[in-house]
Amino acid sequence: MAMAQVAVEMPEVEPEETFKMLGRGVNVHYGDKQALFDVSLAIRANQVTSLIGPSGCGKSTFIRCLNRMNDVIEICRVAGDITLDGRDIYSPKIDAVELRARVGMVFQKANPFPKSIFDNVAYGPRIHGLASNKTDLEAIVVQSLSQAGLFEEVKDRLHAPGTSLSGGQQQRLCIARAIAVTPEVILMDEPCSALDPIATARIEELIDELRKDYTIVIVTHSMQQAARVSQYTAFFHLGVLVEEGETEFMFTTPRDQRTQDYITGRFG
Amino acid sequence: MLLYVFAIILTLTVLAYFHGSRRAASLSAFSDTPLHSRPAYHGAYVAIWAGLPSQVLVLLWVSLETAALDALIAGTLPDAETAALSSSERGLIVSEIKSVARGLIFGEPAPFIVDAAARYGEWQRIAAWCLAASAISLVLLGLAVSQRRITALFRARHRVERVLNGTMVLCSLAAIVTTFGIVISLAFEAFKFFQHVPISEFLFGLSWEPQIAIREDQVAGTGAFGAIPVFAGTFLISAIAMIVAVPVGLMSAVYLSEFARPGFRAIVKPLLEILAGVPTVVYGFFAVLVIAPALKSFGGDIGLPIASNSALAAGLVMGIMIIPFISSLSDDALRAVPQAMREGSLGLGATRAETVLQVLLPAALPGIMGGILLAASRAIGETMIVVMAAGLIATLTLDPLQSVTTVTVQIVTLLTGDTEFDSPKTLAAFALGLTLFVMTLCLNVAALRTVQKYREKYD
Ligand SMILES: Nc1ncnc2c1ncn2[C@@H]1O[C@H](COP(=O)(O)OP(=O)(O)OP(=O)(O)O)[C@@H](O)[C@H]1O
Ligand SMILES: [Mg+2]
Repeated sequence: MAMAQVAVEMPEVEPEETFKMLGRGVNVHYGDKQALFDVSLAIRANQVTSLIGPSGCGKSTFIRCLNRMNDVIEICRVAGDITLDGRDIYSPKIDAVELRARVGMVFQKANPFPKSIFDNVAYGPRIHGLASNKTDLEAIVVQSLSQAGLFEEVKDRLHAPGTSLSGGQQQRLCIARAIAVTPEVILMDEPCSALDPIATARIEELIDELRKDYTIVIVTHSMQQAARVSQYTAFFHLGVLVEEGETEFMFTTPRDQRTQDYITGRFG
Repeated sequence: MLLYVFAIILTLTVLAYFHGSRRAASLSAFSDTPLHSRPAYHGAYVAIWAGLPSQVLVLLWVSLETAALDALIAGTLPDAETAALSSSERGLIVSEIKSVARGLIFGEPAPFIVDAAARYGEWQRIAAWCLAASAISLVLLGLAVSQRRITALFRARHRVERVLNGTMVLCSLAAIVTTFGIVISLAFEAFKFFQHVPISEFLFGLSWEPQIAIREDQVAGTGAFGAIPVFAGTFLISAIAMIVAVPVGLMSAVYLSEFARPGFRAIVKPLLEILAGVPTVVYGFFAVLVIAPALKSFGGDIGLPIASNSALAAGLVMGIMIIPFISSLSDDALRAVPQAMREGSLGLGATRAETVLQVLLPAALPGIMGGILLAASRAIGETMIVVMAAGLIATLTLDPLQSVTTVTVQIVTLLTGDTEFDSPKTLAAFALGLTLFVMTLCLNVAALRTVQKYREKYD
């Protein structure tokens, strides 16, 4: 049914090439419990797609399918297909490790490694061999930190531990760390939920800038945030994708009663 | 008698608790001011006042009573009998009096001893009654004084917490005091040893032949107390053990915590821990009966002369013994690293192995070092395996195929059999013990410092 919905909602004018990622009929089980029911959702290239919905509706589950982070969870089974640039990411030919280098992730709680700021950002480039020498590596680190809007604040203490930064800085450090491996897609699971409004505003600005170079998927509980940063929004409810489309229309003229109820704050 | 006193104090303390809390509760029922502390705290306060001083009194009394009575009874002995005696002979007489008083009579005790024994028994009875009376009146006094202080505003909780605090401080001091006691007693004996043998000879001498004659008719060596070969033996065997245990223990910890399925882990981890519970004497059998002969015949096959009690055999078995310390503690340390660290690393496209090496191991380093340290101390101090499997002759060598002896083996041989407590042979054991203690202490301090320097804190 959701399949049909997607077919209807993606009119002829939109060729599939603009989809960076595409999930079709995704079903996810945790043990016996089904968390996602036949979800089909397109992620458009160089756009910000936000996933909204009440707690427990499967937003994190879906976003973690996009870089196979769910493989880490023993009891989790994913069915259906998800493509990146038209290639099935769950096919046996694809290496999850390689995929995660292309689809990076920023988590709800900032989780810098207990290493220096420099080493945190250099971690990805080092393991992927992205820099051939020290100067290259330093360039990558500086570039990523600047892109994440953190460089000015930490340039004098690159060798201080990453954990010594404030919460908002730590989250930007995690974004810098993700950018440093030059992924194509960045997944963010409630990146601002632990931050104050000012730090949140900085990250929102950052997301808007990053859109030039990356495709971004963000999970958020804040309707305002979704409206501010995203071009496309998907509304999940009880494991079902209820409605998706351009953010502007979604917030002004929702088609589904449940969406309407949720964005007007009647439940959630 | 003592038991009854304890029981009475305990019962009264429990009653005091109920009395105190009941009283506080009824106070709050009849007045408007709310209680500062809950009734239970008032009860505990009264109970502490009732129980604690009398318990302290009983303990003090018990620890001092014997010495006091002995001194008293020794003072009443007729001068005619004791004037000519040395102090140790007088001590013997006092013990005889005490055993007669207890009803253990050997042969025909002298009449003055029988007299003194009767007096001694009498005094003990009096002392016991005094103790009971004073302890119980102390309980009642404490109860009476403290229960009168209960008012709604009385800060019973603060008082009780202070007492609890003090108890905790005392408990933590106990361990420190014990350690100091051990060191001081060791140092005392070791000091006596160094009056016979110069400290420089002990620390730097290259030959160890402690079996000197303690009676005229014995045939024995001339005595040489250079401890270097003995410590070299300990070092060699412990090093072999660590070479076996560290890689195996660490790898199994990494496998168990990061790669194994939960079912496998649930079976293997307890099994590994059972290994830690095997008595070391059993490991000793294993070394002597299985490993050593196997090594020897293997050496024979490939043309290597391997001694039947080689350092290698003892070290290998000791290594197996300490694997669980390393694997179990490292496994706990690895699992304590937050899942967010793993996901962060995997989310950047790191493999599991990279995650383990670059994120998890550094974060778990303090715990892992703790395990390795514990294992090293166990190896250095291990006695039974080496007594059974290592040699007795102190050879100065680093060749693992030869037989060496260790510090602990030497301590055992020096202190068993024919001994005399102020011959250098016996005292040497204490010097060895002290040196061993100082060495493990330095090892611990050094390791702690390294950990603090390199640890990566994740909170
Ligand atoms: N590791 C897991 N094991 C078992 N069930 C899980 C696991 N993770 C999620 N679930 C279940 O899957 C469903 C969806 O969870 P998910 O975390 O995707 O929700 P969410 O939309 O991200 O919620 P929130 O907004 O609170 O983060 C929930 O019912 C949850 O109980
Ligand atoms: Mg979530």
